[in-house]
Amino acid sequence: MDIKDQVIALIAEQAMLEVSDVSETSTLESLGIDSMGLVESIFSIEETFDISVPFNANKPDDSDFDLTSVATIISGIETLIAQQKTEEPTG
Amino acid sequence: MKRVVITGAGTINALGTSVAETMEAMREGRCGIGPLEFRDVERLSIRIGGQVKGYDPEAQFNRQQIALYDRFTQFTLLAAKEAIAQSGLIFSGELAEISGVVLGTAGGGVSTWDDNYRSVYEAGKNRVHPFVVPKLMNNAATSHVSMEHNLKGPTFTVSTACASSNHAMAQAFSMVRSGMSKVMITGGSESMLCFGGVKAWEGLRVMSRDACRPFSANRNGMVQGEGAGVFVFEEYEHARARGADILAEMIGVGMSSDAADIVMPSRRGATRAITGALRDAGIAPDQVGYINAHGTGTAANDKTESAAVADAFGAHADDLMISSTKSMHGHLIGGTGAVELLACIMALRDGIIAPTIGYEEPDPECALDVVPNVAREANIDVALNNAFAFGGLNAVLALRKI
Repeated sequence: MDIKDQVIALIAEQAMLEVSDVSETSTLESLGIDSMGLVESIFSIEETFDISVPFNANKPDDSDFDLTSVATIISGIETLIAQQKTEEPTG
Repeated sequence: MKRVVITGAGTINALGTSVAETMEAMREGRCGIGPLEFRDVERLSIRIGGQVKGYDPEAQFNRQQIALYDRFTQFTLLAAKEAIAQSGLIFSGELAEISGVVLGTAGGGVSTWDDNYRSVYEAGKNRVHPFVVPKLMNNAATSHVSMEHNLKGPTFTVSTACASSNHAMAQAFSMVRSGMSKVMITGGSESMLCFGGVKAWEGLRVMSRDACRPFSANRNGMVQGEGAGVFVFEEYEHARARGADILAEMIGVGMSSDAADIVMPSRRGATRAITGALRDAGIAPDQVGYINAHGTGTAANDKTESAAVADAFGAHADDLMISSTKSMHGHLIGGTGAVELLACIMALRDGIIAPTIGYEEPDPECALDVVPNVAREANIDVALNNAFAFGGLNAVLALRKI
């Protein structure tokens, strides 16, 4: 699976929806993911892609990682993978 | 119903190893939060806390005691010793049989769990010390206080996350008020500042990496503390008859459950606990001069608590003072309400209101007098102590000057 399919799968699981119900333009809010679901989604993303996502639930808007939609999450993951693979070669 | 007074107080926390030291730090607005020091701290993303520094267990307890006392039990015993010594009470005969201990803790012996999981999982050992269970159990501290001071009446531990010690003190108060007990030792303790303890909290993404700034618009989360606060709650006539020095009177409690969400606070649940405490104490809202806030420094708590205070007090919300001393000693989780009760006693007895330090930017959603950064002199008659826990369990205590 590519990043897009993996993200859609994990977001669908979090939202308790079918994969076909989630698209790149879906927003987490429209999928019914609340603040706890958001924190859990970030955990799944970190575990799936072996990256560290900067996120403080007290200041969700301050994060460089844009959690608005599936598309912004995918591009955020791509950026973090590129950054963190070079910074932390030992993983 | 009997009147209930506080005749002894003891503590150890990041601000000091006694009530006097802690109150002095609160008056000076000193911050006890700093870099955490323990094994594997470099594997944490959160590396600050209100840790008790320079603490040497071997200076306080012997080898056999240390084998049985987790850090949370050690802290509890030190605070209990100070409190009971101040009260002047010696428990024997009939008094011992009707006096007990109710203490709060959320996690109990967290570092004992942590150390022994390390030893079996990481080091691959197949044997642990024989006292692991009696050391880590949540009631260990309570039982050791009972044994150390010969307290033979109703004795147990209350565990309601961040409201544990307020619920414990509410219970102790009710037992003395009803006449069931003459004296109750109460309060709470916590010591989660170890790798596993902080790692668990990191997961929730609500911890600050730099400071606890309650009610400030730029707040970015809570900071954990550790320690204990222990008090002697005594029936008023009993205290007066023996000429005890009375620190303050406990006059009411309010408890509620949000019955809504496991972590998000509720304005209505908090309001019901506050108004419940006023009703139980039989006082009008405008008699309250000071509230020691739950004030965790999270986005959610501080705005919800401010809204609840506005709902409970109406126009008087603008006249009272509310501060969060967590900005100085950190959030002691199950022990927090006990250490914060010291700020209420200081306000009532000494007329000094502890500040909310680290306050940098006003937040329109927390538009109350939070006593920013500098302690204030004020003559107040009634103080409240708020605690709103994960799980939606709330407990508010009301105290009066005597």
